[in-house]
Amino acid sequence: MTIEQLHGKLISKEIKVEELVHQYYEKIEAKDKDISAYISLCKDNAMKNAVLIQERINQNKDITPLTGIPMAIKDNMCTKDSKTTCGSKMLENFEPPYNATVVEKLESSGSILLGKLNMDEFAMGGSTENSAFKKTKNPYDLSRVPGGSSGGSAACVAADMAVFTLGSDTGGSIRQPASFCGVVGLKPTYGTISRYGLVAFASSLDQIGPITKTVTDAGLVLNATAGKDKYDSTSSERNIADYNEYLKKDIKNIKLAVPRQYLASGISAEVKDSILNAINEYEKMGIVCEYVDLKLADYAIAAYYIISSAEASSNLARYDGIKYGYHSENYTNLIELYKNSRSEGFGAEVKRRIMLGTYALSSGYYDAYYKKALQVRTLIKNEFDKIFETYDGIIGPTAPTTAYKIGEKSEDPLEMYLGDVYTVSVNIAGLPAISIPCGFDSHHLPVGLQIIGKAFDERKILQIAYAYEQQSSFQGLIKEAK
Amino acid sequence: MKITKHTVDYVANLARLNFNDEEALKLSAQMEDILAYMDKLNSLNTENVIPMEHVKPVSNIFRKDMVSPSFDREQILRNAPVKEDGAFKVPKIVE
Repeated sequence: MTIEQLHGKLISKEIKVEELVHQYYEKIEAKDKDISAYISLCKDNAMKNAVLIQERINQNKDITPLTGIPMAIKDNMCTKDSKTTCGSKMLENFEPPYNATVVEKLESSGSILLGKLNMDEFAMGGSTENSAFKKTKNPYDLSRVPGGSSGGSAACVAADMAVFTLGSDTGGSIRQPASFCGVVGLKPTYGTISRYGLVAFASSLDQIGPITKTVTDAGLVLNATAGKDKYDSTSSERNIADYNEYLKKDIKNIKLAVPRQYLASGISAEVKDSILNAINEYEKMGIVCEYVDLKLADYAIAAYYIISSAEASSNLARYDGIKYGYHSENYTNLIELYKNSRSEGFGAEVKRRIMLGTYALSSGYYDAYYKKALQVRTLIKNEFDKIFETYDGIIGPTAPTTAYKIGEKSEDPLEMYLGDVYTVSVNIAGLPAISIPCGFDSHHLPVGLQIIGKAFDERKILQIAYAYEQQSSFQGLIKEAK
Repeated sequence: MKITKHTVDYVANLARLNFNDEEALKLSAQMEDILAYMDKLNSLNTENVIPMEHVKPVSNIFRKDMVSPSFDREQILRNAPVKEDGAFKVPKIVE
C-alpha cells in the first residue's frame, strides 16, 4: 500500500502502528533472505517508536502524512549510535555520534525507521554489486541486479519491505535503480534536501531523495525532508510548502522536449519502444512533445567521471585509519598505517575512482582533465538552460537498458559507467529529475521514464509524472515480489 | 595517454594506497581505457569558458562567533580504533 492509503487507515484507526510495523518485519523476514536489500534492522527501536507514535495518533497530536509509516534509508545516512556502513568494510563498525538531518526530519514526521539498506560501496556503482557485504537482487528477477547505487532502497520498495525509502543520487543512483525495480525515484534539485550526515561522495553533485510506489508519495516524502539546514550551507533557502501543489492542475499548457540523442545509439530497442509509447500518451493528453538537440549528452559521462572522481578522491582522504573506520594492524610508521588501512578497507571500485580522481587533480593533468571537465560542465548547464527557455520538462529514458544479470558488467568498469548516459548530466547541472515506471520489456522487467525539470521546479515534474501515472495502464504495477 | 606502472605507483602514493604488481597492471590498463574515453572532451572548444565548480554560486558563510555545545570527547573517541588518555593514538612522527 502507498503512504496515502496507509495514512487513511492509521488515522481512522483501522490499523495500529504496531501492527503495521510488525507486518513489515514479517515481510522482511519472509522476503529479504532472497532479495538482500537490508544491511541492518532496528526492530527493537522501531517497535518502541510504534507505541509512542500510536499514542500521538490517539491524542491526535502532531500528525503528518508520514506519521506511523514504516520506512528505511540507504546506509550512507548517519543514524546516531547505530551502524552506518556506506556499504564498505571501511565503515563496517562505524556508529555515528549524530543523526543526519533527514533522519531527524523523518523522526519528527512520525515515520518509523525499519532499518538501513544495501548500496554500492560509498555509492560508487550502478548495480549494488560493489557492496562489501552482499549482493541485492532485483525483486522482478532474482538473477538480475536491482541497479545502483541505491539498489537496496529501490528493491526494498519494489518488494514492499518498506512503504518508502530514501536513496542518494550523485549521477543517477536514485533514478536508475528505481527504473530497474519499477518504482518511483526522485532526485531533487541540488540543495533541496540537506546533505548533513550523508556520507560524502562528490559534494557538488550529491543529493538525497525519495523512492516510493507513487508520484504522490514522492511529493509527500519531499515535503517532510526538504528545507534549509544550518548544518549544510549549500541547502536552499527556498521554502515550498507543498511539492504536490500542482498534481491535479491542468496539464494542457505544458511543453515537453525529447532529446534526439537520448533515443539514438546505445539504447535497447525495447526501452526505446516504451519511451516512444509514453511520449505518445503525453501527446494524447494534449501535451506538446518536440524533439530537440542535446548535443553535449555524449560528453556528460566523461565530464561526470572526472568531476565526481576528483571530488571523491578529496572527500575520501579523511579515511586514515585513525579517527574512525577500518584500522590496519600491519604498520611500522604513519604513512604505512594510512596506506594499509585504506588499501585493506576500500574495495576495488572505490580505489579505482580515488586513483582516477587523484590523477585528474595531479600536477600536470589538472588543466587537461579537471578544469576541462568543469568547463564542459558550464556548457552542459547552458544547454539545459536554453531548452528550459522554451520547454517545461525534458523526457526520455532513465537508463539505456532494463536490469541486467548479476555479474554481467562487473568486470568492465567503463561499460558500467556508460549505463549512466541519461542520468549524469542532471547532476552536473544540478537539476531535479524523476524516474517513473512506463512499461515492461519482453522479460517482464520494468522500464523507467525520466522527466527532467528546471532547477527548483519539482512541483512541475511531479505534475507531469502524475499525469502519466493516472492514465497509465501501469497502475497496480507494484506487484508483490515472489 | 599511456598509463604506465610507474604512473600508477606515483598516483597511488599521492592517494595513500598500495597495489601489488598484479593489481597495478590491471589498474593501469583500466585507467588507460577510461582516460582514453575521457579524452573525447578535447574535441570540444572550451576557450574562454568559465569552469563551474558548483552549480550554486558558493562563498564562505560565517556564523556569529558564539560558544555552543559541541560533541563530548568520549563520544567522538568511541569510534577511534586506537586511543589513549582521551586522545587518538598514532605512531610516532617526530624522532
